Amino acid sequence: MKTKEPLIRLENLKKVYGEGDSQTTALLDVDFSINEGEFVAIMGASGSGKSTLLHILGFLDKQTSGIYYYGGKNNLHFSEPQLAALRNKELGFVFQAFHLLPKATVLENVLLPLAYSDEPESQWERLAREAISAVDLNHRVDHLAVSLSGGEKQRVAIARALVNNPSVIFADEPTGNLDSVSGKKVMEIIHKLNSLYKRTVILITHETSTAEHAERIIKIKDGRVVSDEAVKNRRAAEDDYSK
Amino acid sequence: MTLKQTFKIAAKSILAYRSRSLLTILGIVIGIASIILVTSISAGAADLILKQVRALGGKTMVIQPGQDPKGPGDFSELFTDSIKEKDYFFLNKEKKALDLLTVAPVILETLSVQKDNNFYRANVIGTTEEMPQILDVAPESGFIFSEEDVKAKASYAVIGDEVRQKLFPDSEALGQKIKIKGKNFKVIGVFPKKGQVGFLNLDEVIFVPYTTGMSYLFGRNYFNEIILEARDEKLVPSLAEDLKGVMRSLHDIKTIDPDKDDFHISTQQEALERVGMITDILTALLLAVAAISLVVGGIGIMNIMLVSVTERTKEIGLRKALGATNSDISLQFLIEAVLLTSAGGLVGILMGGGLSFLLSVILSFFLKLEWQFIFPYTGAVVGFVVSAGIGLLFGIYPARQAAAKNPIEALRYE
Ligand SMILES: Nc1ncnc2c1ncn2[C@@H]1O[C@H](COP(=O)(O)OP(=O)(O)OP(=O)(O)O)[C@@H](O)[C@H]1O
Ligand SMILES: [Mg+2]
Repeated sequence: MKTKEPLIRLENLKKVYGEGDSQTTALLDVDFSINEGEFVAIMGASGSGKSTLLHILGFLDKQTSGIYYYGGKNNLHFSEPQLAALRNKELGFVFQAFHLLPKATVLENVLLPLAYSDEPESQWERLAREAISAVDLNHRVDHLAVSLSGGEKQRVAIARALVNNPSVIFADEPTGNLDSVSGKKVMEIIHKLNSLYKRTVILITHETSTAEHAERIIKIKDGRVVSDEAVKNRRAAEDDYSK
Repeated sequence: MTLKQTFKIAAKSILAYRSRSLLTILGIVIGIASIILVTSISAGAADLILKQVRALGGKTMVIQPGQDPKGPGDFSELFTDSIKEKDYFFLNKEKKALDLLTVAPVILETLSVQKDNNFYRANVIGTTEEMPQILDVAPESGFIFSEEDVKAKASYAVIGDEVRQKLFPDSEALGQKIKIKGKNFKVIGVFPKKGQVGFLNLDEVIFVPYTTGMSYLFGRNYFNEIILEARDEKLVPSLAEDLKGVMRSLHDIKTIDPDKDDFHISTQQEALERVGMITDILTALLLAVAAISLVVGGIGIMNIMLVSVTERTKEIGLRKALGATNSDISLQFLIEAVLLTSAGGLVGILMGGGLSFLLSVILSFFLKLEWQFIFPYTGAVVGFVVSAGIGLLFGIYPARQAAAKNPIEALRYE
């Protein structure tokens, strides 16, 4: 990396939901940076503010105060179409709850981000099939999303996040709803995205075993960063952590 | 996102909720169908009237009692008795000087006619021997009564084809007696089957000398109208003016004010103008009805689109998270609304066209009118454009609501 500027830099980030008596402070005084190509895991108890943080980082939401620099640019200075383009092309999002279109097929779900891209339409199906193949779901291409198992749904969500070839992958508890075998498969894919394809990966998990795929773990408690450390014994992609 | 893709998505979601989509567009369908129906009917009616007016010929003028009717609801001419025999006598006498070919008075009423046990309600017309000439018809057997017969109040009748069939189902009519209001008339002529000629159906008429009619049938001594034929079509406008002068002096009217006249003269030109007026009124009526139903339909569309936006909050959130811009989202819903209403418009046009066709068949078969089915192409184009426009107009608000959703809140929506 030539420049010193990190990909993501947060200064005193704060997020407050609601107003008056029903206010919840989800994030407070959050300061850290993430460099391009890094694999960072974010850990914390339920309700600690992990998803909130990821949504702000992924331009799906905005902070209440503080500054978020993305590639050196303040996130509040992007226009709405610019944000849409960023979400579409640079970022791939894997949600905690999959968020597939249930009545659409696997292929249609993966095609969705392409429809909003400037990729020529003639290439769409090829790209979508490649992404589906990368998560090993060729045999499910024409199945409806509702008919898939949890692990398969999560892999469709990953294929959808990958289809526009993003440089940053956000994954919110991608193994949270999966059994250990499916979880292992999903983590193997995500791990390789970082180690083989040099994508920046920001992963939320509450399992230490999953977090150890990352190079670095940021721990959050009640909206504050409580620790930020490098992983000493990083796992291999195929590591079996189900025990 | 390409427009083609947006259309595809919109079409898909319409088809996904087929029965709801159908119910949604019902208002638009009815609105557009009524536009088509009414335009078709008014075009058909105008066509029918024009045909009848033309059938009379451009040389024909009609003097009627009362002032020119001010509108379709003005029946004042029916209640005046100003056109009398002396008017007819004078006009007939001065025929040559006035450049007139024929002058025929008309007194008419629908009366029951009897032959033994057969009855028929015929259009009984008291007139002179010149009437058939104006209508350009002649009996197929027998003769028309003569000038002398009119003077002598002869009890002669010339009957139409339908009258003959009903009264003489299986015997010769000529020379037989028929009974009208208790008085015997001898059938001296039978018209061929001819149908509509000008304003009357020749098959349903009985011509009698007007003198006989006035004395024994109608119980009055004034005419419904006097029909005149000019020597040349070009003379009609100036002749109409001359005739006004003649009529005023005959009726002792000293002023040249149409509001003081107790008669009016219609020409083909004027009849055409009147048809135009009726069509205008129908069109205005149609516009009002259509506008109301379309606004109601549009509000229905807006309602359903708002429901649809709420129902699909999650989908909207997802699309935005994956890179849809606000305008992608609003366009998607706007196109959905426009597709819905245009589909409604198309269905309405087909339905209106079908109904008008059916009506034209009914009118021509059962009412024996020479009604022609006219498909209102302009009405169809306007109807389609308007229906699409309604979708656009009433789709804006729901589309904005959709676009304004925050992606994360939308994704959280259950
Ligand atoms: N839209 C919202 N409106 C109000 N409060 C919210 C909203 N989203 C999150 N919160 C609150 O903010 C806090 C942090 O929520 P967040 O979803 O970030 O937690 P999390 O760490 O992702 O938890 P989990 O592990 O259960 O997913 C919680 O107290 C939550 O109730
Ligand atoms: Mg969460």
